[in-house]
Amino acid sequence: MIKVGIPRGLYYYKYSKLWETFFSELGAEVILSDKTNKNLLTDGANTCISEACLPIKIYFGHVMNLVGKVDIIFMPRFTSISKKQYICPEICGVPDMIKNSTKSLPRIIDTEINLRESNKNSWLAALRIGEFITRDRRKIKNAYKKALEAYRFERQILKSGVLTDEFMQDNVTLRMIKKRSTQFTVAVLGHCYTVYDSYINMELINKLRGYGFGVVTLDMLDYLESKLRCKELDKMLFWDYGTRAYGGVSQLIESGQVDGILVLTSFGCGVDSFVDELVEKKVRMESDIPFMKLVLDEHSAEAGFCTRLEAFVDMIIRRKTHDFYISTSR
Amino acid sequence: MIFTFPHLGNTYIVAKAFLDDFNAQYIIPPFNTNKTLEIGSKYCSEANCLPFKLFVGNMLQASELGADAMLITGGCGPCKLGYFGEMLQKTADDIGINMELITLEVPDQGLKELNARVRKISGNTSFVNVVKVANSAKNVAIKIDNLERLMRIKRAREREKGSVDLIYRAFKNDIMKIKGSKNILEYIKLTENKLNDIKLNENANPLKIAVVGEIYTTIEPYANFELERILGNMGIEVERKVTVSDWIVNDMFRKGLHLPRDSSYVKASKAYLGRMVGGHTQHTIGNSVIHAQEGYDGIIHLYPLGCMPEIVSQAILPAIEEDHQIPIMTIIRDEMTGEAGFVTRLEAFVDLLKKRRGENIDGQSKLLYGY
Repeated sequence: MIKVGIPRGLYYYKYSKLWETFFSELGAEVILSDKTNKNLLTDGANTCISEACLPIKIYFGHVMNLVGKVDIIFMPRFTSISKKQYICPEICGVPDMIKNSTKSLPRIIDTEINLRESNKNSWLAALRIGEFITRDRRKIKNAYKKALEAYRFERQILKSGVLTDEFMQDNVTLRMIKKRSTQFTVAVLGHCYTVYDSYINMELINKLRGYGFGVVTLDMLDYLESKLRCKELDKMLFWDYGTRAYGGVSQLIESGQVDGILVLTSFGCGVDSFVDELVEKKVRMESDIPFMKLVLDEHSAEAGFCTRLEAFVDMIIRRKTHDFYISTSR
Repeated sequence: MIFTFPHLGNTYIVAKAFLDDFNAQYIIPPFNTNKTLEIGSKYCSEANCLPFKLFVGNMLQASELGADAMLITGGCGPCKLGYFGEMLQKTADDIGINMELITLEVPDQGLKELNARVRKISGNTSFVNVVKVANSAKNVAIKIDNLERLMRIKRAREREKGSVDLIYRAFKNDIMKIKGSKNILEYIKLTENKLNDIKLNENANPLKIAVVGEIYTTIEPYANFELERILGNMGIEVERKVTVSDWIVNDMFRKGLHLPRDSSYVKASKAYLGRMVGGHTQHTIGNSVIHAQEGYDGIIHLYPLGCMPEIVSQAILPAIEEDHQIPIMTIIRDEMTGEAGFVTRLEAFVDLLKKRRGENIDGQSKLLYGY
């Protein structure tokens, strides 16, 4: 049985279900890299140029982690994951960065995934990826169908406010976030690979849960609605994350159900430098929701991070209980 | 409406020709200095890239002089440049200055919107005239780039140091007073003749260094500490394939009209870069390979801190360095304005190249890396 390695980084946190189902339906053995940890980050940072952002370095680490364990590594070349939108250039180029920075890589599936022109390209990409494993077209089609179903099902669950817990890392498949029953809800905005990777964000979501806070992520908001709301901009944002974040914030402000907005970004993220500025301006102009931006890099000093988070949490609680409604957030 | 535009090397001459031909009123912002950057950084979030900060600086300085509309070009690639227009508009509104951003690109709303934008500049002239003016602006761009190229070649070979700089300084001074593309073209021709009259060192065999990287940092002299002049005065021939005219011809005209574009660099980059990732990555990778094959002594890769596409290039360049045995040095520009450190790095790189060349002549070919 052919062993397919999937690095647990970048868009894995969005498409894990899709990819895993697809490859196992094709009859391949799926091997994931280890959970992100310190050694993995060090390995990645040593192989990668220092200018790249943290998620990219960690992705390098995940790929290194798979070398020697698998026959083939699944490292698709993302260009776009939705219509008329791009993703970050660094992610577009990451397969080339890895190929040219390291030797002794096994075979790589580097099919391009480009849904910019048409969503049908997703099937074409699946076909090309499937051909690495099997020649049987029918099998690929079936696997694609099943994978899509599984993916859509998971998305549906996510949307209803349940977070697939750390993507089943601890054999607990799903855990409810008690969104409605908690007293406070905080929106955590960020790329899927910073929000759901609990090593990168120092277990932010668990910490918030520990304080008894409910968490809303961008995946719980309606994408088409977000896209619609971005029309208010003079020029549509051409990054997928930008559309999600801006439209998402617009929805959050209108619904008025969140008590705070946390933005996670990694140091040097070019997309975020514009998107977060737009988002922050919007939040500050149109609402009095407390807003905090957390920048992540390789320095893993947790104490400073916790202090900021605690201060933010305390402020939200105090604001509500004392009912001053005098903003302490700015 | 009084127009202005951000600085990018000698593009102001092109913009000047374009606006002169329409009889539009305009203000050329002061050339980029540390002050421009300081003003720009004050109003930008720190994560924004250097070109954006300088654009904001240009905008504010022009606004002080009375400009109320800024022309910029756009795009819709994954690179941030495509969104500069909107962000500049937002920044202007936040600061509270009266500035309308006009992005010269084909927007979502279609060609009609582009036409309306051009009309703001051109007034009520005929469509044929608009095309004519755009064409002559393109010609100015091409001539200016040729002039720059000529200067780079002459500078490395001039017998009396500084003769090229002298002519260029006079050119920069006089061009401000000359109006209209026709006169500008004539004056460029005149300067070209002057340059051709410079006495050259006949047996000079200068080192050849190619500059690749992000378009703004490679072209704008402030952003690269006048790299071309510094190297030229060290007696080195500098070549840069990415130019403004090339961008206007290939990315604005040919792409807009769906004509075949120059794609030699795409072919050359294929072995290292699977496809377009935005910005000038394909140019950087492809041109590096081409330069290596053309026998250049070294390559300097320049980009501003936080430029996403060029980070990809930087990760790929060591592979080219190894495969083609050519030293490549990456220099990243941020808000630090210490020129001396920059020059030290250049000198070290040049020393390395000289040593390599010397060794090659002796029949040895020891590889020394560029960093």
